[in-house]
Amino acid sequence: FAGLADVSVAQDIPVEGEITVPVGSHSPDEDYSTLDEPVKDTIMRDLKAVGKKFVHVMYPRKSSALLRDWDLWGPLVLCVSLALMLQGGSADSKDDGGPQFAEVFVIIWFGAVVITLNSKLLGGTISFFQSLCVLGYCVMPLTVAMLVCRLVLLAGAGTVSFIIRLIVVGAMFAWSTLASTAFLADSQPPNRKALVVYPIFLFYFVISWMILTFTPQ
Amino acid sequence: AGPSRGRPRGRAGADSVSAPAQGGGSAVIDMENMDDTSGSSFEDMGEMHQRMKEEEEEEEAEGEAGAGEEEDGEFLGMKGLRGQLGRQVADQMWQVGKRQASRAFSLYANIDILRPYFDVEPIQVRARLLESMIPVKMIHFPQKIAGELYGPLMLVFTLVAILLHGMKTSDTIIREGTLMGTAIGTCFGYWLGVSSFMYFLAYLCNAQITMVQMLSLLGYGLFGHCITLFVTYNIHFHSLFYIFWLVVGGLSTLRMVAVLVSRTVGHTQRLILCGTLAALHMLFLLYLHFAYHKVVEGILDTLEGPNMPPFQRVARDIPAVSNAVLNATAKAIALTL
Repeated sequence: FAGLADVSVAQDIPVEGEITVPVGSHSPDEDYSTLDEPVKDTIMRDLKAVGKKFVHVMYPRKSSALLRDWDLWGPLVLCVSLALMLQGGSADSKDDGGPQFAEVFVIIWFGAVVITLNSKLLGGTISFFQSLCVLGYCVMPLTVAMLVCRLVLLAGAGTVSFIIRLIVVGAMFAWSTLASTAFLADSQPPNRKALVVYPIFLFYFVISWMILTFTPQ
Repeated sequence: AGPSRGRPRGRAGADSVSAPAQGGGSAVIDMENMDDTSGSSFEDMGEMHQRMKEEEEEEEAEGEAGAGEEEDGEFLGMKGLRGQLGRQVADQMWQVGKRQASRAFSLYANIDILRPYFDVEPIQVRARLLESMIPVKMIHFPQKIAGELYGPLMLVFTLVAILLHGMKTSDTIIREGTLMGTAIGTCFGYWLGVSSFMYFLAYLCNAQITMVQMLSLLGYGLFGHCITLFVTYNIHFHSLFYIFWLVVGGLSTLRMVAVLVSRTVGHTQRLILCGTLAALHMLFLLYLHFAYHKVVEGILDTLEGPNMPPFQRVARDIPAVSNAVLNATAKAIALTL
């Protein structure tokens, strides 16, 4: 039966991460070393990991911590909060000009998947979930921009507020793009960086556009 | 005795594409098969069945050989052998099932099939973008079309982004569906649908073009659309759009038409193919502009008076004041320009 070969997993791409559920239930699949620890320890460990990644996004240095221990908690929280803040675009349901919750959700995740596939097809060495993790975390500056926009719109919706919002959203968009490029472009062959950066630029541009054109009724 | 391997390899082409990637492990999910049998489950079952039969025959032959020596020994031997056979069969079923599942998974989740179409450099993409606006003169010699999907895909996404921008600035209300869904559906639907339709027509008209080449050609033809819409969604002037439509849209259509003509033989076929492509391409640009740009409709209102233009999205109720403001602005722009 020499013809029956084993299914083998390639060893040179690190596909690792922690998906421990910080709910406190001791599932039998967990490591025995973390089975008996208090629930607070489990939750704090995951929160610290998420927090560390947020700090990495705020000060984009070339470190591999974001890539090595990927997790999707941060992107999920950011995506949900951004989608919630983009709601309430109009009190009247007839003139529903704002994006639906599902729309924002789908845009972010579908866009991230497309960018990841594109970078893999162009010869990238980063894995699928690592890339999703980086793109999701780099939505953070835009979420901050959304918060600022909502606060500015509370004061009024004139030309001055539009200029302020434009500047803030533009700055955060540039920050997001630079942060994600710092992590993702390194995994590409050097002459193809532009090909990978352009979809990321487009992705964050669409999100920034949704934030900028948000007008509460 | 191994099973016979005389059956044809159906997926030799795909295997050769994915073979170099096996060492690099660059598929989406890193499960890779190292064996190279073809991917039909029927063949697997047939192979397993054959192997089981051979095994049974072997065991029966051994059992029969042992029958001559000792009856008790043969009885126990058969039972023991059958138990072992059962375990082996169960093991094999598990192996085969696992192999089938992982093969099906890697077949559908294997993006390495698309890898050759993304093998481009930025300089090549830029060159092809510029070339898509320059009609070729030599139509007696089949023109080369690069079968590349990166540029067209990025252009379609850019068109989606520009469309969103246009829809937002014109406050288009989409009743059924969402803004983003409509934009993505329109652009991807055009690219994939018209490409398939043109490929079908090309097949009928005996044109030398493959599906990927058609996708690539039409995708690069959207570069003209992107430029036109980007400019005219920001500068709302009616005649400007018509000029851009004719010049930019016309150039990119002429390029596609010239390439198709160079690959088709026969006057009727050329006429059918190129007429259809030109009509669809130009009409799409017209549709994108008028369907998603309400300010243009406002200008049309002032020019044509009470008659409503034929194509119109569902407009939201504008009070008379803002309509008058809109008309006044349009007139002012028309006067200054």
